Amino acid sequence: MRRRIAPYLLVLPGGLWLIAFLVVPLVFMASVSTQEGDIVNGFAQTFRFANFADALTEYRTQFLRSAGYGLAGTVLTIALAYPVAYWIAFKAGRRKSTYLLLVLLPFFVSFVLRTVSWKFLLADDGILLQPLKSAGLLAQDFHVLQTTAAVVGGLTYNYLPFMVLPIYVALERVDPRVVEASQDLYASRLTSFTKVVLPLSLPGVFAGVLMTFVPMTADYVNAAILGGPANTMIGNIIQTEYLVNNDYPAGAALSFTLMAAMLIGIFVYARALGTENVLEAAAR
Amino acid sequence: MSGPLSPALPAVAAGGPRTGPARRPRKRWGDRLLYGYTWLVLIWLFAPIAVMIAFGFNDTRSKSNVSWQGFTFKWWGRLGDYPDLTLAVVNSVTIALLATLITTVLGTLMGVALGRYRFRGQGATNLVMFAAISSPELVMGASLLSLFVSLGVQTGYYTIVIAHVLFAVSFVAVTVRARVVGLDPSIEEAARDLGASTWVTFWRVTFPMILPGVVSGALLAFALSIDDFVITQFTSGPTITFPLWIYGAVRIGVPPQVNILGTLIFAVGVAIAVINTVTSRRRT
Repeated sequence: MRRRIAPYLLVLPGGLWLIAFLVVPLVFMASVSTQEGDIVNGFAQTFRFANFADALTEYRTQFLRSAGYGLAGTVLTIALAYPVAYWIAFKAGRRKSTYLLLVLLPFFVSFVLRTVSWKFLLADDGILLQPLKSAGLLAQDFHVLQTTAAVVGGLTYNYLPFMVLPIYVALERVDPRVVEASQDLYASRLTSFTKVVLPLSLPGVFAGVLMTFVPMTADYVNAAILGGPANTMIGNIIQTEYLVNNDYPAGAALSFTLMAAMLIGIFVYARALGTENVLEAAAR
Repeated sequence: MSGPLSPALPAVAAGGPRTGPARRPRKRWGDRLLYGYTWLVLIWLFAPIAVMIAFGFNDTRSKSNVSWQGFTFKWWGRLGDYPDLTLAVVNSVTIALLATLITTVLGTLMGVALGRYRFRGQGATNLVMFAAISSPELVMGASLLSLFVSLGVQTGYYTIVIAHVLFAVSFVAVTVRARVVGLDPSIEEAARDLGASTWVTFWRVTFPMILPGVVSGALLAFALSIDDFVITQFTSGPTITFPLWIYGAVRIGVPPQVNILGTLIFAVGVAIAVINTVTSRRRT
């Protein structure tokens, strides 16, 4: 008897916390999303589903832009992270843990501060552009900040380690004997990579995609700090509706839509590929 | 988000190169290319951090600290120039300590339950943890604020703590779970055979063995909390933390004191990570 209730007692406090502050708030957000009113006179539940239609028509551009930035950032992170993870897993030898630590070191600087540092670096009169402009190599009005490139670059920068880690974990598990076997069977180095190593590492890439695409698409810090008015993402809109305009129903409708789109993706992912890759990568 | 203070890093060190005994002593050009690529990515990762550290020593006169004016130590003596900045840093640290304490207790209990027992609802628990790790912070923040607004709870210091425990608890649970799964059950059986009660077995046998996982989890929780921006912004009300202060200062100019404080936090984080890596390498 004791053994049977023990796990429940252990899970209970943490589980209740997750239910009370993760699951229940979603129900409240759903409720808020169909309310009407304003911060002064209060909000009333009128089941106004038109909030969703309004939100989607008004901010369609920002939704699409966010998905586009998320996609571009994810592709870039894969391109940057895969070779690095490959090198650490197979070539770094006894210095593996040192290199992994190097990849993770930026985390010791606050996410906002790292992004602000990029703003310093890329500023129109900053240490990168000013010398080039003085030397006449760049036009005086050349700028990086307030462009799509700056925002996508910032997103890629900030989420890169989340791609390196899961790919590394998957590659690290590839049995070197399998690779040797393929080469003994006269596969070229390229063939043995594309037919053996790459397929075995795909679960890691998928986990990385989930861990980068979702937060990138919902990000607003990079667009706020590095971007301009033409780079507004859906996160910026939701943040403004909640924290500046105090228009909670509009914000809730937007973020509910965003979440629904992502949850469908996340659950399809969990069904198809299981939750283990992500949970394991998180445990590192 | 994944583990900056990562526990599992060092485990890989023991094996040495995995490609077998030096099959080809000569380094291939492909390997050199990968090596160079890895270092380019690492340099890119460190560029803004180097800028952050350097500009703490910049003898800037204006409020915008973007161009190099000469070297000075004077800002180190004027760290306390902005009382609200000092308060923000104090808030960040105390919130992180409080959130870490709660998170570590709840997460450890969950991790033990998930690693040790098979029980109904385990799949659901895993799924909720997976959702907590993979949902965008923006959605968690927006739904938490919806909850607090609907219930008329004034957001502030303690709602930030609630939110930080929420997003960190799953990371601690999976970290501890990984450690529990790796334990040899016969050691505990031996303790029980020798007449130890369940309670004594846990504290004298099990807990010391999972302690490294608990410590790593706690460090991770602290790092996640002190760095957090998005959920914090939604749940902070009038309370200001270090990342929130920086974000607020971006438009008017970030003073060098921020760079110095960022550098100090970075130095402490790196020191802890290195100690953690070295000690856990010794343990294994």
